[in-house]
Amino acid sequence: MALSGLGIYKLLPKTNCKDCGFPTCLAFAMQLAAKKVALDKCPHVSETAKKSLESAAEPPIKLITVGVGEAKLEVGNETVMFRHEEKFYHPTGIGFSIEDTLSEDDMKKSIDEIKKLNFERVGQKIEVNLISVLCKSGDGNKFANAVKLVLAASDLPLALVTDDAQVMKIGLEETKGKAPLICRATKENFKEMAGLSKEYKAPLVVSAPSLEELEALIKNVNTEGVRDLVLDTGKKGLPEKIWDFTQMRKLALKKSFRTFGYPVIAFVESTNPLEEAIEATTYVAKYASIVVMKGRNPWQVLPILTARQNIYTDPQKPLQVEPKIYEIGQVTDKSPVLITTNFSLTYYTVEGEVESSKVPAFIVTCDSEGMSVLTAWAADKFTAETIAQSFEKLGLKDKVKHNEVILPGYVSVLSGKLEEESGKKVIVGPREASGIPVFLRNLSK
Amino acid sequence: MELLKEKWPGKIAEITIGATNAEGGTRASKITVGGETTLPFLFHEGDMPNMPRIAMEVLDTEPVDWPEVLKKPFGDALKDPAKWAVKCQDEFKAEIICVKLAGTHPDFGNKSAEDSAKLIKDVLQAVKVPLIILGSGDDEKDNIVLSKVSQAAKGERCLLGDATEKNYKTLTASCLADGHNIIAESPIDINIAKQANILISEMGFPLDKIVINPTIGALGYGMEYAYSIMERARYAALIDDKMLSMPFIAFIGQEAWRAKEAKTLFSQAPEWGEEESRGILWEASTAACMLQAGADILVMRHPKAVDVTRGYIGKLMGNK
Repeated sequence: MALSGLGIYKLLPKTNCKDCGFPTCLAFAMQLAAKKVALDKCPHVSETAKKSLESAAEPPIKLITVGVGEAKLEVGNETVMFRHEEKFYHPTGIGFSIEDTLSEDDMKKSIDEIKKLNFERVGQKIEVNLISVLCKSGDGNKFANAVKLVLAASDLPLALVTDDAQVMKIGLEETKGKAPLICRATKENFKEMAGLSKEYKAPLVVSAPSLEELEALIKNVNTEGVRDLVLDTGKKGLPEKIWDFTQMRKLALKKSFRTFGYPVIAFVESTNPLEEAIEATTYVAKYASIVVMKGRNPWQVLPILTARQNIYTDPQKPLQVEPKIYEIGQVTDKSPVLITTNFSLTYYTVEGEVESSKVPAFIVTCDSEGMSVLTAWAADKFTAETIAQSFEKLGLKDKVKHNEVILPGYVSVLSGKLEEESGKKVIVGPREASGIPVFLRNLSK
Repeated sequence: MELLKEKWPGKIAEITIGATNAEGGTRASKITVGGETTLPFLFHEGDMPNMPRIAMEVLDTEPVDWPEVLKKPFGDALKDPAKWAVKCQDEFKAEIICVKLAGTHPDFGNKSAEDSAKLIKDVLQAVKVPLIILGSGDDEKDNIVLSKVSQAAKGERCLLGDATEKNYKTLTASCLADGHNIIAESPIDINIAKQANILISEMGFPLDKIVINPTIGALGYGMEYAYSIMERARYAALIDDKMLSMPFIAFIGQEAWRAKEAKTLFSQAPEWGEEESRGILWEASTAACMLQAGADILVMRHPKAVDVTRGYIGKLMGNK
């Protein structure tokens, strides 16, 4: 956690020599705390003070990068326990386990299935992030072949999973410079695994069955000079996992307990595909930075990615679409015009229903600062005046020859005023977007 | 390292739905929810003496907008609310039945208060589990219908809803007179949630008979708004805000099955995969998220989603 001005002052020489350009050490400390100057302005600061100040400036939960290039996965650097306090920053990476005992064909098929697991929702791409290669064979060559195959077929970052450091080294030889996640260091193998993490510049999963044992192990691994870590507390029941994850996050954030200041990983244990998916969703909500599962049915993965999108949305900034006149289907200058707000969820719900109605139509999204219809109306952001101005600004008259517009049913009270303001004939549409298909089909009759 | 355990001064109210013979009702069982002294499932910090419960939804009118995968498990029972309720109780092991009187809405059937009262009597006859009874959401009509229904179920300690900040007096009076619990609804707004509870309690209604409906969205359709409102409200309750210390009810089924992802046919979206499991999982995933935010009663639809969620609750409670 960041130090206060006074906390920093205690670490400075307290000579008031002014070499930093400030009148007193305290004034300099205040500027440092506000991050307005850098520590190197003080030529007299001791090495110990430098170290403590640098570590105090580090984020409480370290940002860890798995993989390289465009598809790299960045996790950690979270700052709050609850999303409403600020927001969650780095969305959980969703990974899929592939075993090296599969036949080459099955492996290729699995990778193809994983590559298909990306979708588009409310204008955002939601994608999976990781392939986890599990050495089930115990055979280094088999493992290396599996790793090669995955690398050839996919750009996704990798996790290499084996407790055998020799086998791990064989796998790492195949992934040089690709920063795969080394999974895992235990109390038995941590020296070797820490060595590999340093040698191959790859982040390391540290695994122990309890928080106490994990603390000891992390300290040991840190002593080996390895600080790019991801934490795991092993197989246990769902409430115990939630407890561990919550404690680690809380200790890192509230107590500045650096030992737990790393992202955490969860391996989904459920084997029933429905249970597997909701277990994964639970970890997404409850602080896991990486979740590894086996099932790769799109119907299993879509809700997990959607939950992640929801949980990691900035609560202060609703997702918005650009205010404009959207054309759905093969529109002509006779097509109907629907009015709505620029809140993403609202727009995409309306868009989906217009699409399914098969009636080509225009959707005018008025700038409501990302509020939904009712909220924007209550906040005076979606009024007869703002809607009429949107018609002008967005050039509605250049798009259609008719004079009718369709207003959401929830704000039917605006219709009279809107007719006055815009000179349009206002038709009151359905309240819910789900009523749009029937409404549009009746209208076009 | 010392663990960081919160000690919460507050406690969520415990509310009981259903009255047995001995208590002046006719239910074979009653259900108690609430009573938490911790954030969800953090058992080292406090207790969750009652596990979250699932109510299965029954409509007074055959549903028109339900997708095939949702209708299939119920078959012809969808045409007869009492049969439908029995099927939920006997076949799908529902612990609570939630009857929604959707068909009383002036625009969607306009069924009478008398018919509704009779329907509720029939359902009370047909099943032995506790009931939740909901109006159609039309304020004026609800006031007429729910008063009659409340009388018809007098002494059964049902959970009736929804009361809102703007329309709570008639329902509160009925529940008070007939011994029912009440649902206070608010539009994803913690201040209005609190205000509604204050207004209802000012009529002399006991705080341990109110359930909060925070209004939820399905997964992908605003779920996160309810999620955060519930987290905030539960946090406030645990630091002892009595006017927010009520259990939550979350209407999972009605929201989840409106989602495109739940009801679109496989042929229309092959990239989303098989449609039956997809719909079931959309409902169960919405339920899972709401449980993590603190939901106490989940109102659900698909028997398989109910089953999976029940198993999930079992795991979360450490199968105790």
